[in-house]
Amino acid sequence: MTSARETVLGRVRDALALAPTPATAVPRAYRTGWALPDPERLALFTDRLLDYRAEVHPCTADRTAKVVAEVLRDHGARRIGVPAGLDPRWLDAYDGEVCQDAADIPAPRLDSLDAVVTASAAGCAETGTIFLDGSPDQGRRALSLVPDLHLCVVDLSSVEAGVPEAVARLVPERPTTLISGPSATSDIELERVEGVHGPRTLVVVIRTDR
Amino acid sequence: MSTFLGMPARPPRSPYGTGNLRGDEPFPRAAHQELGNGQLRRNLHKATTTIRAKRLNVTGELPDWEALRDAGSAIKTDAMNRLPELLEQLELKVTEHGGTVHWARDAAEANEIVARLVRATGSSEVIKVKSMATQEIGLNEHLESAGITPYETDLAELIVQLAHDKPSHILVPAIHRNRDEIRQIFLDRIPGVDPELDNVPAHLAAAARAYLRQKFMTTKVAVSGANFGIAETGTLSVVESEGNGRMCLTLPDTLITVMGIEKVLPRYQDLEVFLQLLPRSSTGERMNPYTSLWTGVTPGDGPQDFHLVLLDNGRTAALADAIGRAALNCIRCSACLNVCPVYERTGGHAYASTYPGPIGAVLTPQLAGMHAADDDPNSSLPYASSLCGACFDACPVKIDIPSLLVELRHQHTEQAGTTPEKLAMKAAAAVMKRPALYTGAQKAAGLGRVVAGRDGTISRLPPPFNGWSDSRDTAAPPRRTFRAWFASDEGRATLRAAADEHDRGQGESDQGPGEPDRNQGEDGTR
Repeated sequence: MTSARETVLGRVRDALALAPTPATAVPRAYRTGWALPDPERLALFTDRLLDYRAEVHPCTADRTAKVVAEVLRDHGARRIGVPAGLDPRWLDAYDGEVCQDAADIPAPRLDSLDAVVTASAAGCAETGTIFLDGSPDQGRRALSLVPDLHLCVVDLSSVEAGVPEAVARLVPERPTTLISGPSATSDIELERVEGVHGPRTLVVVIRTDR
Repeated sequence: MSTFLGMPARPPRSPYGTGNLRGDEPFPRAAHQELGNGQLRRNLHKATTTIRAKRLNVTGELPDWEALRDAGSAIKTDAMNRLPELLEQLELKVTEHGGTVHWARDAAEANEIVARLVRATGSSEVIKVKSMATQEIGLNEHLESAGITPYETDLAELIVQLAHDKPSHILVPAIHRNRDEIRQIFLDRIPGVDPELDNVPAHLAAAARAYLRQKFMTTKVAVSGANFGIAETGTLSVVESEGNGRMCLTLPDTLITVMGIEKVLPRYQDLEVFLQLLPRSSTGERMNPYTSLWTGVTPGDGPQDFHLVLLDNGRTAALADAIGRAALNCIRCSACLNVCPVYERTGGHAYASTYPGPIGAVLTPQLAGMHAADDDPNSSLPYASSLCGACFDACPVKIDIPSLLVELRHQHTEQAGTTPEKLAMKAAAAVMKRPALYTGAQKAAGLGRVVAGRDGTISRLPPPFNGWSDSRDTAAPPRRTFRAWFASDEGRATLRAAADEHDRGQGESDQGPGEPDRNQGEDGTR
């Protein structure tokens, strides 16, 4: 008996034999290698994030801990989760409870956290997108998903101007999440509403000298 | 092994009577009912108008939008040309990264694979990410019959599921419902919902969040579709907005992804094109809030048991058509629905398929066929269009939907054999070949004035022409035909006067660069 695999692949070959078409070259005349100076990239990235109603805090690297602590305090986040590889100095000024995540902590326990603080792998200014790839300073995907506030620290040097430049930075095998603003839906009369299942608040701290 | 034992065989359509690729009645009849629903038309008008403005805004701001469309179109065409090798590569890469790949010839086989995988986990419920493929195969119905409860987690799919309704749009399946109707559905169907719930969209979304939170935290199995499957790396992708996708792809122990074989892309780099084309075309955003990319299984992160079900269900039948196969390039953005004057008025239910709108009208008949002998409702879909071409302009991968519709109409009439319409055309051709007969026929047609109404139109023709007059008024034949007028004294005098005037105009202006011959030609045809 022929397996489904053989049958389907056989049908695909038959279909192509019945209607052969010449090989297609892919024209890639779209914009690639787009570069913008730091101030313009920062301005564009910030504009897009604000458009999604994310909260944006540009700062220099030496003020990271201060800004992180202020944001968490302003949002009343008393108990936060962090990935194991997060730079501990970022939390030097925070006086709440810090829970380090581990793979064996059940996801429902993450629901009791007020916020999560992570780093990021890359960014895209044109679309206001942050890329997480599960590196030790970003943690497993559940960690940045379940808590209702996500504070993400992004180095401006990792923010590319356009989508092709940002995608080129990714490592395909890593579990990757693209985040463009807080969770949202357009399902009711096609009007955008922020805040459904993912974090309802996204705060982006952009380190302008890193 | 291969079925290459001589002539290639034509691959079969999705088997008749399975899945959700065929309704009970032809489009005109279904559309007639939907058009009577004033609330539906207001909801659709508001939603499609909103989304059209947003889409134009964000596609217009990219300087390279047309180049992206060209690339997107070519990447998909190239992928279809190389489908066997790409599918095998995808299978290899997913397997290398700890996933398991299954193949399904049709809806029934895919449903059975998923049900078996769910049963093997011991779970009696699954959470679902919005997926066209699982809607197409009727997975929810099958799981329910197998004692497994599926929970739709996308807000719109939840609304549709709670209301025991059917999706009516690719992107926003509950587009036919307004906020008041949604509020009522939630009040009636969500256990423990706040009875004070109002109709503010943010509050409605919050009610859905509260209802589904527990399901996300406790359900062990998720089922998803896929927007893209990258052959080069084995990476799969779900593009979404709400975070329900991330929840389903991340929290359960087992993930089962059902993907149509046409969703494969050759290279990871191709994402740079589609991550620009898709969100801007579908929700009119620069980027959708969340896109998940995963490759097999990642230790310590997300489901540790991953299954990919590769689905044919008529896709190879579409692939066997050199023209029609372009419909397989569709990335399900729904831009063609939002710009379609027919969709805007009838809504998605009239198409009676998982795939409504212009793309549905070309995809559905190709996946499931147009069975002439059975008076198949799918045979009416290629006619559910004015061929205005707005869908082609909006399509991010440049699918020439109007040409596909015409081709399918052609195939349908070829299949249909001898019809009254065909006989009438044949008779007309015979008459037109003989001037004397034609003049006589025109005189006879003048009798049509007798049946015309006061407004000079005929609104009801006798069979077999009633199919035409059901949806159109026919102008009554004129009192005198053009040929009769042309041959009359009055006609000759009018033409002479027009010619004199034309000559005078030429003499006065005496324009150098204007091509007099061509001008004349144009005037002559007026």
